Amino acid sequence: MGSVNDRSRDIGKFSEQPDDDRIICRCEEVTKGEIRKAVHDGMFTMTEIRRYLRCGMGLCQGQTCAGLVKGIVAGELGISPSELGPATSRAPMRPVPMKTLGNEKGGGY
Amino acid sequence: MKRYDLIVVGAGPSGLSAAIEAAKRGMSVAVFDENAKPGGQLFKQIHKFFGSKEHKAKVRGFRIGEELLKEASETGVEVHLGATVTGLYMKKEVVVRMRDGMQHWKGDAVIVATGASEKMVPFDGWTLPGVMGAGAAQTLMNLHGVKPGNRVLMLGSGNVGLVVSFQLLQAGCEVVAVVDAAPRVGGYGVHAAKLARCGVPFYLSHTILRVEGSDRVAGVTIGRVNRRFQPVPGTEKRFDADTVCVAVGLSPMSQLFKMAGCQMRDDPKKGGEVPVCDQYGRTSVPGVFAVGDVSGIEEASSAMIEGRIAGVCAANTLGFCTEEEKTAALAAMEKDLDSLRQGMFAPQNRGKDFRTTEEGVKISESLLKKGYLTDTEVGTFPGVVRRSGVHPVVECTQNIPCNPCQDVCPKNCIRVGEKITSLPEVDPAAGCVGCGMCVASCPGQAIFLVDEQFEEGFAAVTIPYEFFPLPKAGTKGTALGRNGKPVCEAEVVKVTNTAAFDHTNLLTMKVPRGEAMKARFFTC
Repeated sequence: MGSVNDRSRDIGKFSEQPDDDRIICRCEEVTKGEIRKAVHDGMFTMTEIRRYLRCGMGLCQGQTCAGLVKGIVAGELGISPSELGPATSRAPMRPVPMKTLGNEKGGGY
Repeated sequence: MKRYDLIVVGAGPSGLSAAIEAAKRGMSVAVFDENAKPGGQLFKQIHKFFGSKEHKAKVRGFRIGEELLKEASETGVEVHLGATVTGLYMKKEVVVRMRDGMQHWKGDAVIVATGASEKMVPFDGWTLPGVMGAGAAQTLMNLHGVKPGNRVLMLGSGNVGLVVSFQLLQAGCEVVAVVDAAPRVGGYGVHAAKLARCGVPFYLSHTILRVEGSDRVAGVTIGRVNRRFQPVPGTEKRFDADTVCVAVGLSPMSQLFKMAGCQMRDDPKKGGEVPVCDQYGRTSVPGVFAVGDVSGIEEASSAMIEGRIAGVCAANTLGFCTEEEKTAALAAMEKDLDSLRQGMFAPQNRGKDFRTTEEGVKISESLLKKGYLTDTEVGTFPGVVRRSGVHPVVECTQNIPCNPCQDVCPKNCIRVGEKITSLPEVDPAAGCVGCGMCVASCPGQAIFLVDEQFEEGFAAVTIPYEFFPLPKAGTKGTALGRNGKPVCEAEVVKVTNTAAFDHTNLLTMKVPRGEAMKARFFTC
């Protein structure tokens, strides 16, 4: 992970690609170009990308796009996708209405 | 807080199996599943499963699901449906959304069996309605009785892509092509052969370039790719289609493990991010187990055994069974699991390029590239013999763990032997009575009965047939070859079905004698 977090690494300049307007995260409608630009804005990890663009924070919680986003970010950084850890897992794992989430039915603490 | 000896997340094949083994040993077990019905993906599997008797081979997937549910209820497993686990915390606390509120449960052990979701590939037009996962199409057809579309293009030639393509044909859809960027068919050759003889074309080393349509899929353009998977200009081919199914693999839904603090690993061979675990499913957090697809993508038969193993281990850890009992139970289960993980498609052999079988027979290039055996290649396999009288012709040409053909033959005509992955051999001397049990039982529909002396100048060929409407005796039509191309005129002699055939009809057709080894499907 050390190499991913090395913010002084030179990843070159952002250059446009013909498929930059293709949607990658369907739930939050984030495009490939936006993800690539975010890397050049300094977002190197999956968690940073997610907070910056909201990709993976929609209905499917990244179940569809996480692998695709990872591939794009890794490609931009010039590393293998497996070097890039996953974004943090947080509750609720599935979309839950706030009304339900706030309705605690026991637990004792 | 409700407390249980064991909490299982996911009521699919592995989760239920784990719950059953634990409950059998006296543990109190609660299973949560977010769906309205239990069984995971089993209830959409309408095809017969591969394996041996111990693995419930030749039983259709949904029947296995019914058996599991019955066993779960008999052993006292509590299954909660519509119960979504939203978090797994320290000390194995599980937070579940049930109806309109959040409940907190605690298990002394937790087995996570959340399964996997479908991977996607982005291409121009991939967000159009009509582009869906192959599993989604299967859910529409087999659970809800809804036809996903009329003209379908399948991307992906692994077993999911092949099995779902066949089920699309059964549902009355036209499958315009099976496309895969890989140079070889990824799934079992027998599954590909079932499609090819129905006339489905295969495009290996091809990918989808774009899907067109304004508000839904109207057409698909594919193109050839080079060795570096880059499209080759000038190779475009367009299909009219209203549906594109994507079957490019599954990804484990493993977020709960990460949340619980389990050590994780990105393993492309297992489908993505998985918890690090031992052969019993134990993760780095004591008492938290991973079973089934969430611990690495495989298939339902091995998932069920993995589940049972973890169930026994959880029982042992918490003192519900002795070390001796555990060792005895695991020995049989590990043997069953090991026999499923053999052959060319075993997890450890993923991506390997086999050129010959274990027996040293050359593997058909045509099967790997076009989905069918050529008429000359077929004779090189030990299941294919020619002799007088009715006899089985077993067109099973890859080492896969499966042997119902050997078990069902009352005359011992077919032999697989001790090693379950061996190619079936037909004994030319054994006296076939033409009962057809082998034809109906083969999960790959790769067995045919051939009688070259049926009538003067004519041979009879019996094929497995799982389509409606069922042709009647006397119907005249066309016999198709393994490549789906017309071979000759054919007449249906009889169509039989008995309870033992389990809904696989046996269609016997009369063809000119010279075509007996070529005619493999009937259309009218």
